Amino acid sequence: MTRSASTRSASARSTGADPLVVDDVHVALGGREVVRGVSLAVHPSEFVVLLGSNGSGKTTLMRAAMGVIPIAAGQVRLFGTPLRRFRDRQRIGYVPQRSTAAAGVPSTVREVVMSGRLSRRPHAGRSSRDDRSAVAEAIALVDLEDYATQPAAELSGGQQQRVMLARGLASRPDLLVLDEPTAGVDARSQVALAELFGRLLGEGRAIFMVAHELGPFEPMIDRAVVLRSGKVSYDGPCTGGDLAAASEPHNQHHPHLVEPGPHVGIDGTGAWGA
Amino acid sequence: MNDILTYDFMQRALVAAIVTGLTAPAIGTYLVQRRLALLGDGIGHIALTGVAAGLLTGTQPLVTAVVVSILGAVAIELLRTYGRTSGDVALALLFYGGIAGGVLLVNLAGGSAAQLNSYLFGSILSVSPSDLVIVAVLGAVVLLLSVGLSPQLFAVCQDEEHARVSGVPVQAYGILIAVLAAVTVTVSMRTVGLLLVSALMVVPVAAAQQLTRSFRGTFVLAMGIGTFAALAGVLGSYEIDTQPGPTIVIVALGIFLALAPVGHLVRSTRRRLSSTNDPVEEAA
Repeated sequence: MTRSASTRSASARSTGADPLVVDDVHVALGGREVVRGVSLAVHPSEFVVLLGSNGSGKTTLMRAAMGVIPIAAGQVRLFGTPLRRFRDRQRIGYVPQRSTAAAGVPSTVREVVMSGRLSRRPHAGRSSRDDRSAVAEAIALVDLEDYATQPAAELSGGQQQRVMLARGLASRPDLLVLDEPTAGVDARSQVALAELFGRLLGEGRAIFMVAHELGPFEPMIDRAVVLRSGKVSYDGPCTGGDLAAASEPHNQHHPHLVEPGPHVGIDGTGAWGA
Repeated sequence: MNDILTYDFMQRALVAAIVTGLTAPAIGTYLVQRRLALLGDGIGHIALTGVAAGLLTGTQPLVTAVVVSILGAVAIELLRTYGRTSGDVALALLFYGGIAGGVLLVNLAGGSAAQLNSYLFGSILSVSPSDLVIVAVLGAVVLLLSVGLSPQLFAVCQDEEHARVSGVPVQAYGILIAVLAAVTVTVSMRTVGLLLVSALMVVPVAAAQQLTRSFRGTFVLAMGIGTFAALAGVLGSYEIDTQPGPTIVIVALGIFLALAPVGHLVRSTRRRLSSTNDPVEEAA
């Protein structure tokens, strides 16, 4: 399988600004302070997981760090640039939590994934050959080639989640930001997702993932940050009793998911479940 | 049939019908995707106040309608984005204020019931040569922008949050969609009328979706269905002596009703085929 977190971060960590730095950030939703002074960092080619129970503020923090909702106080830096002035949007692959890729009008998987290229071409114009090949590549990474011309809304929940992932990968980002990508995804697809993450990390890309449970990702995670009531209650390696104490129900170990079967791969060998 | 095409008013009405039939479903596809199918209806209500303002001041009603409905559309979009209290209620206030104010002002301007009626439901006799120029120019602008900016508009309508993170100026495009819808409403005013324009934005899209699987396919087919309905409606309204608006909408609805069972059949066949090919069903 993939190299473990420790060997990878020692060998593949590139120099350069940290993809994500959150410094004493406060976020209020409807007048209530949901995130209360959180600081954390994702270093180059690092895999950081943000854990916490429902209502702990983890999704709110992630959305604020991406500029989707306003920050009340504190600062976010993306690749060294303050969020407000950050323009290299193609360096970020954003995969919001989504139960469905459906909108009011049918759109094919390829059309949805193509919108992931907009950060590279924010203004008018036709898609270039590079756009089209990046989209095909992203669809292949999540093993949905056979579904490229199908309406995204007609796919299963897990497949729709992979459409969102492919859209996030389409700009070939240096930082992948995901909100619970494993929610409602079967065990086989989780393992395939872990394989894909391993490959991305090996290429020197960083991953910041909001999660409920670690599942098959555990061996490749560099750091886990646990939020409780809008504050960081733990920041460190994801093995050991400290994490267990900080996040009781969410670090369940799934030994049967860590070892993939002999045919697991991401190149069309049917690694992904339905 | 051939001789009616030689009438000047009919030629103008048919050109206006083509412009309406192309633009209304084009912008309507984005509205439906954004789940704002009834936005056109609201703008139509507001546009009536613009028409009345034109009648009162002796300005060309089409021009004042464009101005007022653009202002109304921007107000709706801002209310939607920033509305703290119920956006729904705020929109209702705007809509009914628009139509009540419009009718009141038309009455004050000494407009007849027939004149009001022609704005609400269209009138093929009323497209003047100067109207036609404005309609054609505005229609061309709407088409150019809704086709040329389709990647951006698609992304904003599909997933606002993702578009924002991608650096797409979401609010600007949201306002652009509302403004294009407002312009389309006024462009369509003479043909379908203000009360039914929203139907021509939505019904061709709903009809096209019965057969299509992609956004682009829906966009193109909806424009085709809209153009056919608008032309058939205008010609039909002359033949059977009805108002063009209701005639166009009934044709569009007829197409929808004809395509709905076909679409149902196609989808269920496809589902059966794909489930026999791929027996693994979602476990989670």
